[in-house]
Amino acid sequence: MIAEALIVSALLFAIGVIGVLTRRNAIILFMCVELMLNAVNLSFVALAKLHGVAGHVFVIMVMTIAAAEAAVGLAIVISVFRHFGSVDLSALRLLRDG
Amino acid sequence: MTMLTLLQAAGAAEHPLAGTVAEWAWLLPLLPLLGAVVNGLLSLLPRLSEPGLTGDVDARESAAAAAHTRQQTLVSIVATGVMLSAFGLAVAIFASMQGVRLDAPFVRTYAQWIPAGNLQIDWGLQIDQLSMLMTLVVTGIGTLIHVFSIGYMKSDPGFARYFAYLNLFVACMLTLVLGSSYPVLFVGWEGVGLCSYLLIGFWFSERANVEAGKKAFVVNRIGDFGFLVAMFLMFSTFQRLDFSGVHAAVTSGGSTPVVLAIALFLFLGCVGKSAQLPLYVWLPDAMAGPTPVSALIHAATMVTAGVYLVARSAPIFAHAPSASLLVTLVGAVTALFAATIALRQWDIKKVLAYSTVSQLGYMFMAVGSGAYTAGVFHLVTHAFFKALLFLGAGSVIHAMHAAYHHTHRDDDAQDLRNMGGLRRYMPATAAAMALATLAIAGVPPFAGFFSKDEILSAVFARAMGSPLASASLFGMPGATILYAVYACGLVTALLTAVYMTRMMMLAFGGRNRTGDAEQGALHEAPLVMTAPVLALAVLTVVGGWLNLPALIPIGPIGVLEHWLEPVTGASAARLAGATHVPHATEQLLVGIAVATAVLGIAFALLRYRGDQPDKAHAPVDTGVAGLLTRAYSVDAGVDAVIVRPINALAGSVFARGVEPGVDRTMSGGGTLLAWTASVFGSRFQDGDVGKYAWLIAAGALVVIAALSLS
Repeated sequence: MIAEALIVSALLFAIGVIGVLTRRNAIILFMCVELMLNAVNLSFVALAKLHGVAGHVFVIMVMTIAAAEAAVGLAIVISVFRHFGSVDLSALRLLRDG
Repeated sequence: MTMLTLLQAAGAAEHPLAGTVAEWAWLLPLLPLLGAVVNGLLSLLPRLSEPGLTGDVDARESAAAAAHTRQQTLVSIVATGVMLSAFGLAVAIFASMQGVRLDAPFVRTYAQWIPAGNLQIDWGLQIDQLSMLMTLVVTGIGTLIHVFSIGYMKSDPGFARYFAYLNLFVACMLTLVLGSSYPVLFVGWEGVGLCSYLLIGFWFSERANVEAGKKAFVVNRIGDFGFLVAMFLMFSTFQRLDFSGVHAAVTSGGSTPVVLAIALFLFLGCVGKSAQLPLYVWLPDAMAGPTPVSALIHAATMVTAGVYLVARSAPIFAHAPSASLLVTLVGAVTALFAATIALRQWDIKKVLAYSTVSQLGYMFMAVGSGAYTAGVFHLVTHAFFKALLFLGAGSVIHAMHAAYHHTHRDDDAQDLRNMGGLRRYMPATAAAMALATLAIAGVPPFAGFFSKDEILSAVFARAMGSPLASASLFGMPGATILYAVYACGLVTALLTAVYMTRMMMLAFGGRNRTGDAEQGALHEAPLVMTAPVLALAVLTVVGGWLNLPALIPIGPIGVLEHWLEPVTGASAARLAGATHVPHATEQLLVGIAVATAVLGIAFALLRYRGDQPDKAHAPVDTGVAGLLTRAYSVDAGVDAVIVRPINALAGSVFARGVEPGVDRTMSGGGTLLAWTASVFGSRFQDGDVGKYAWLIAAGALVVIAALSLS
């Protein structure tokens, strides 16, 4: 049971990483990051079966922080869209020299 | 290590000086060092407390002058105070050494200095008869010269800096004479060299003074190289560097080629520091410093460090008779060579400088022939009368300078052709310097007579038959060399009498040549300057009583000989053997020495009697006289043969090798590296978030891989 949960968790995480690395749309990137967070949550819950309640505690923590991060992140995406008229990250290269 | 400490503690507990005032010996170098620190800080002070910009100009100026006077008073008190305390302590330690039997030196170790494996060097001081004698001379004469300097340097803006250097010099000199091992001595040795450099170039706004300081430093480096090599050889042969250890090892090991090499390299160090041929060239130039500095450093103390080193290393030289012969030969040739130059110098300080080189040669003649007591005796008496002569010359220059300053004339205050008749204006200085002249010329009963006579008779006695006379140098038998050395010494004595009388006659005799307007401003030096001169005059008269020969029993015989016996007695005996000079021969030798001195004085009195032409009308020296005036053109020769070729070589290496080769490679290479790094590095920082994400992922993979592999 734990092995299956961990495999699903790893798959979810890998999908998230690939999404972050390959996509340029800020919203999609954002969703992929959430996917990675929840993959980790899944492995925490699964491992809590073996190691006790600490895993559950971490999951609650991660969900709280993720909610706060989502609020800030979406606000940034909205202001980026308002400023540039796009959420394509490959266009956001103002730090580049020349 | 613990064993060693225990042994030392046990040894020290048995030493008769343990628990006496000698335990305070560490204060001796520390007191002048304290003075140097305080005066050094005071010399920085005026810049911090300059009067503000408010108020009128006169008030500001008088406030500044008052602050300057206050500072001078404070500096004078600190500088002479620490010197007087050190002298008092030295006298106290000296007193505690009386009446006790001191066969071994009293060594105190204060700290581990260089603990490096096999090499264990401790910071230790050593009290014995020789080091205390030197300490008394350094602190005693040093105190007098500090007092004199208060008057001499009165109007100098660098007053505090001057006394900081002078105090630092004494601290280094005391480290030199009190150190218990060669490395500690070497620290003092380099320290006095540094102070000499700083004080020669004291008036550093004149380029010539700076050059003179640099020359002294560079020439001394050659000697110091010898000293260092000698220490390396000692360590690699004996694994010891403290005096007791090295000397014990040499004494038990006997005469080996290594001991000869050590002695020769040590002597190279002495040749540099004590201005012997061929490294004497820096000393005449060193006269660029203030005159009291010439008295203290370049006559009485620092330049005698080489003589001290040979006397201190007597066991080494006693086991290297060839090296001893070289020492005495170099001393004799230097003595004669420098004395001839002194005959035709016009600068009063140059006369004294060459005279110092010559007298140092005399000392080496003595210590080289194994007459360590005679050498140290002459060191002490020479310190008395030469310090006097330099301080007297300082008073003369002071007066001449004031006279020219009075009329705003720009002329040489040190040129003998501008002097003449000064006895009328400065009678006390003239009388004191006359006494010193009689002493250096070797007229009885002044100090120089006894020490010089002892050197000459010691050399003669050893030439007649001794282990030293049986040794050889460059295939020449020692006896021949020693007779030649004696002859050099005798001729030098004659020349000494001539050039000193000439100097006195030119400065003090005849009519005055300073200038009609300037004569009125010539005056005797203030009491703060004449008092030390008169104190030295007393020492010059009575100094000979330190070591009276058995031939002239006008007091206790051979006090110094007896005093130094535990330090150098065995070494002296090893070189001198047991030959006894017949009484009649000894009397004859004394008679010859005195006759020589009187002859020289008489000749110069006749030659330079009456009025001399002033500078404008003085004949230009030509022929031999011109050669002597130019000091055999040695400086020009060295310049042509060594300095200029080296400069040219360095210049061409720089132009052809360093600049195109090294410089361009280095700066070009640096540019290339920076450019590559910039091009490469900026690829990672171009603002593409996607690239950052890839890099983070790659970095995370590397970390995970590293963690799972370990």
